[in-house]
Amino acid sequence: MLEAAITGSRRYWIWVSFLLVVTAIGFISWLRELHMGSGLTTGLSRDVTWGLHVGQLTFFVGVAASAVMVTLPYYLHDYKAFGKMTILGEFLAVSAVIISMLSVFAIMGQPTRIWNVLLYATPNSIIFWDLVVLSVYLILNILCGWTVLGAERKGVPPPAWIKPFIIFAIIWAPLIHTITAFIFAGLPGRDHWLTSLQAAHFLSTAFAAGPSLLIILSIIVKRVSRFDPGNIAIQTLAKIATYALIIHIFFIGLEFFTAFYSRIPGHMRPLEYLYTGLEGHTELIFVMWTSSILAAVALVLLLTPATRRNEKTLILASLAVFFSIWLDKGFCFVVSGFIPNPFDRVTGYWPALNEFFVAAGCWSIGFLVLTILYKIVIAVREENAG
Amino acid sequence: MSYRAKGEEVMSMSRRNFLKLAGVSAIAGIGGAAIAGEVQKSVLETTQITPKAGALTGKRLAMVIDMGKLKSVEDINRVTDACHRIHNVPHFDDPKHEVKWIWTETFGHTFPGQEHKFMPEDMKHEPFLVLCNHCEYPACVRVCPTKAMFKRKDGIVMHDPHRCIGCKYCMAACPYGAISYNLKDPRLAKNLQEYMNPEFPTRAIGVVEKCMFCFERLAKGLKPACVEASNGALVFGNVDDPASEIRKLLASKYTIRRKPELGEEPNIYYILG
Repeated sequence: MLEAAITGSRRYWIWVSFLLVVTAIGFISWLRELHMGSGLTTGLSRDVTWGLHVGQLTFFVGVAASAVMVTLPYYLHDYKAFGKMTILGEFLAVSAVIISMLSVFAIMGQPTRIWNVLLYATPNSIIFWDLVVLSVYLILNILCGWTVLGAERKGVPPPAWIKPFIIFAIIWAPLIHTITAFIFAGLPGRDHWLTSLQAAHFLSTAFAAGPSLLIILSIIVKRVSRFDPGNIAIQTLAKIATYALIIHIFFIGLEFFTAFYSRIPGHMRPLEYLYTGLEGHTELIFVMWTSSILAAVALVLLLTPATRRNEKTLILASLAVFFSIWLDKGFCFVVSGFIPNPFDRVTGYWPALNEFFVAAGCWSIGFLVLTILYKIVIAVREENAG
Repeated sequence: MSYRAKGEEVMSMSRRNFLKLAGVSAIAGIGGAAIAGEVQKSVLETTQITPKAGALTGKRLAMVIDMGKLKSVEDINRVTDACHRIHNVPHFDDPKHEVKWIWTETFGHTFPGQEHKFMPEDMKHEPFLVLCNHCEYPACVRVCPTKAMFKRKDGIVMHDPHRCIGCKYCMAACPYGAISYNLKDPRLAKNLQEYMNPEFPTRAIGVVEKCMFCFERLAKGLKPACVEASNGALVFGNVDDPASEIRKLLASKYTIRRKPELGEEPNIYYILG
């Protein structure tokens, strides 16, 4: 089936070349960081030790987990409208896991020692578990997606042996995001992260941002090929994203109540930093408010039946959800956990250009994998349609 | 040397971890037994060689900092310089790139939330020494994915810069801000260009580092460098030994610790002077 990836229109090759160029820029930027040190090539500091890359890990693990929003209704509830969509969800998960894993790799000061994580496997460490669950999830989604697509190509039903793996992947999806939340939610002295709501909140944002991205991708696929994932499926995804977005906004409200009604400084100060600035540090105010406004716009567009059903406004709403949550979870959430520092001092953070390039490189590799996988899906579907 | 009791303490910590892990593995569908084996191993991994005769040992090494005896800036600088000099700690001017093992903070920043406006003015501005707390239940050790951060039987929280992958998880976990990361090549720092102690290794770019209670000096029977330079303001010893000087001091003077509510059981005590 891979041969479909090496034949394509001019438009396809321009897109692939673009991704390859960005990947190359990202790779060079990463080598620069390794060589010169993150002191000169990132906005990180002794006080804010994680930034953009850990945000990407957090965000894209969520996107990966959200595949379950199409596989679960289809495989467990026999929701037929998702029949054509499941493969898109699974392959999106594959590329999102790749972006997550590359982002973890990018934060390491000594990446050549990555095997130490397996060589001295440490079950106390949540990062160890994150690596385990992400690797398993990656393999599961490649296996399930590829097998089901292969069967479809031959015009036969998927083999029976794949079903347990599909069920396993459905159970595994919330697990990867729960473990990712545990990276943050178990650290003493980081009050902004230290909440048992964390995993639930992560899942709500994942199930809003992931399906939104899948809506956009489905519409792109529909426009560039003869394969139509189906309007009913897209509309169901929109409803899933709407519910998840509402839960996400509700959870933000819960956070604010606990912090500001209790008046405990450790809980209030990170939120103050994000929304109003703290001790003259205002780096993230604009980002955070943009996120809030986008969420509000998306909520209105998604709750209004007319704009949800209209493809153009649905694209707008999906983009708004995606970027709202990206700005929040893929950017602000990680940084604000470090502010104020353990000495109750504020050190600001803004990513350096080099850091953006490295992140863009990770994205490009992910999207390259996504493009190739989707290209194969389209080829098989077009071939079968005749 | 009753190491066993200590061993049991370590075990109870890992038992707690084990329960957490068992919960996770139940969801994950991974055999809990395999993990139990791993956790036991991870405890044993930190087993150390028998110290030489004459080495300073103990089951729970700790330090008391008597602020009443550290009045002048010179007193403080002597203490911090002694450490940074022998451990080749690089000095960078930009606070974002700082590497520090022992340094000073004001009262309000050392004990956030404890300062109030009616307290003595001089105490507000007094420079308090801060360093790694060598916790009984160190969060940095708990989160480290390679056991580069580990706890010795004598209580010292150690870091192996050759195993460290530079993920900085320990820095996110430490509630005391005790860990530094080499954002720049430490060997290029001006102070290390001028003087380097050939008896202690320098670190590489991209790994973390922190105070290790002068393990290299303890092995030779010497007290930590900061203690030696403090003219008696810093008292170091084994709090598990009721006859030790540090225990007598703790029994006779009121002491406080940083963020005791977090349950890490820090081993640095302060006498406010």
